[in-house]
Amino acid sequence: MSDNYEVVIGLEVHVELKTASKLFCGCANLFGQDPNTHTCPVCLGMPGALPVLNRDAVALATRAALALSCTVHSFSKFDRKQYFYPDLPKAYQISQYDQPLATHGQVTIRTEAGPRAIGIERIHLEEDAGKLNHIGQRLGDATGSLVDLNRAGVPLIEIVSQPEMHSPEEARLYLTELRTVLSYLDISDLRMEEGSMRCDANVSLRPLSYTGSLADLPRVEIKNVNSFRNVQRGIEHEIIRQRELLEQGIRIVKETRGFDDAAGTTYSQRSKEAANDYRYFPEPDLPPLVLDAVWLEDQKNQMPSLPEELRHQLAAEGVLPRDVDVLVQDRALYGFWRQTVAIYPDVKLVTNWLLSDYSRHMNAKGLSFDNPGVSAPHLAELLALIEDGTLSGKMAKEVLESMFATGESPQVVVKRLGLSQITDHEAIRLIVSQIVEANPAVVADFLGGKEKALAFLVGQVMKATKGQAKPDLVNALLREVIASHV
Amino acid sequence: MLLSKEEVLHVANLARLSVEPSELEEMAGTLSRVLEYIDLLNELDTESVSPTSQVVEQHTVWRSDVIQDSLSAELATQNGPQVVSAMFVVPKILDGGGQ
Repeated sequence: MSDNYEVVIGLEVHVELKTASKLFCGCANLFGQDPNTHTCPVCLGMPGALPVLNRDAVALATRAALALSCTVHSFSKFDRKQYFYPDLPKAYQISQYDQPLATHGQVTIRTEAGPRAIGIERIHLEEDAGKLNHIGQRLGDATGSLVDLNRAGVPLIEIVSQPEMHSPEEARLYLTELRTVLSYLDISDLRMEEGSMRCDANVSLRPLSYTGSLADLPRVEIKNVNSFRNVQRGIEHEIIRQRELLEQGIRIVKETRGFDDAAGTTYSQRSKEAANDYRYFPEPDLPPLVLDAVWLEDQKNQMPSLPEELRHQLAAEGVLPRDVDVLVQDRALYGFWRQTVAIYPDVKLVTNWLLSDYSRHMNAKGLSFDNPGVSAPHLAELLALIEDGTLSGKMAKEVLESMFATGESPQVVVKRLGLSQITDHEAIRLIVSQIVEANPAVVADFLGGKEKALAFLVGQVMKATKGQAKPDLVNALLREVIASHV
Repeated sequence: MLLSKEEVLHVANLARLSVEPSELEEMAGTLSRVLEYIDLLNELDTESVSPTSQVVEQHTVWRSDVIQDSLSAELATQNGPQVVSAMFVVPKILDGGGQ
């Protein structure tokens, strides 16, 4: 990236867990509800309320840790992280500090130079804060805020990477692979725009001559960016900004910066020069969490096949390498592919249709594979109509378009559009005979050895049948009819 | 052990308390006496006691993931000094902080 500096990037990813209830109370864990309709004394931070840990949240967090090759610790505990902010009613967040649920994991990114493992330092469980709705356009101009505590106490896992990424592209690859792995676990909605997945990026430039510890390098944290693309853009901008400062001999200040989507730049939010002092201490309301081997084994047994395994599986089934990645990256797409192939087992044909025409129509309608508009059985049925000769590839594309428009089955569309290939031999033979009689010179050429002359005759027949005849059948019948004329 | 004025200011800042410069010296003295009192604990012989973060001898107290009734928005916000659209109103946030 740079001549004199090495870019050092670490990412902190928060993922909301898809439990029914919150982490420490029985309030429903739901997005998009009326303000303050899902709170209770525990998540409002009322004095005397007692938090009790949600077992399923621990299960989902554990599965995430296992999927990311972490060591899940048999002993972990909860701590209070103390700071004042209006979205935090207790003035502390229950988190895990020095003894987190899991450590030492990894995410393997596939770079152009080959696969590379990015370390995960830790994964811990913590509660989410409430939501602030700022009165005014931006935080800086806000005259005040409205606090909605429905989200307060929603279970989160924080996944902290090692500072081992060296370019914005590597950060993007890490996030993409992380999300893909987590998506197969089905533990979270993983929607950045709804905040169920959030990312903070720590960026610093290490002068190549610097030999000290990375932890001592001044780093800038870019917070709460709302898309993978913007994480990448924010890092790109931050690298340029920091390099310019360094080259002018200006010291980088340790601080938190926000990302301005419209301008593509970062702006200072808060100086961290005075080191954060969260005064963590063990949460006295929650006894430690001890996970025994039987429980861990039970979680392992509930793990689905993960992307890496699926990639090998698909390659073994004959899917091309470039298609393998595309199919696996979107869990819903992969599920749809599986379903279609189970009915119509031509792997190549299904993959080609799915990734080209099918995806194009689906995207054009603003749909996704979670609810794609045309079902897997209908796609399989369409492909079967190509195989049995009812439809040419070209006709099938037209039928698919109509299926997306109307939601009808391929059989219904074919009937409605009067679009089946003429496979009736006698009907085609009649047309072939007419064409042969109308083109004696061309027939003579063919008989004289010009094979290309036949292609012209095939074209004439196709034209006469409006493309509804099967080309190889026309070809065979032409040869037959010409032979009988001689 | 005597706390410095800087340490008193730091603690006051963390607690969002404003302290007049004239009060610093007195606070350093009184706070130091509180700490000294807690220092008494160091006189205990804890040689045979293993370190712990917990005083209750329990672990892994957890519950099933079952939804229970929440409070109504009216009840939840009734202690708020100002409430708009069922939300607590808080003053302008200056430093863009948070976790």
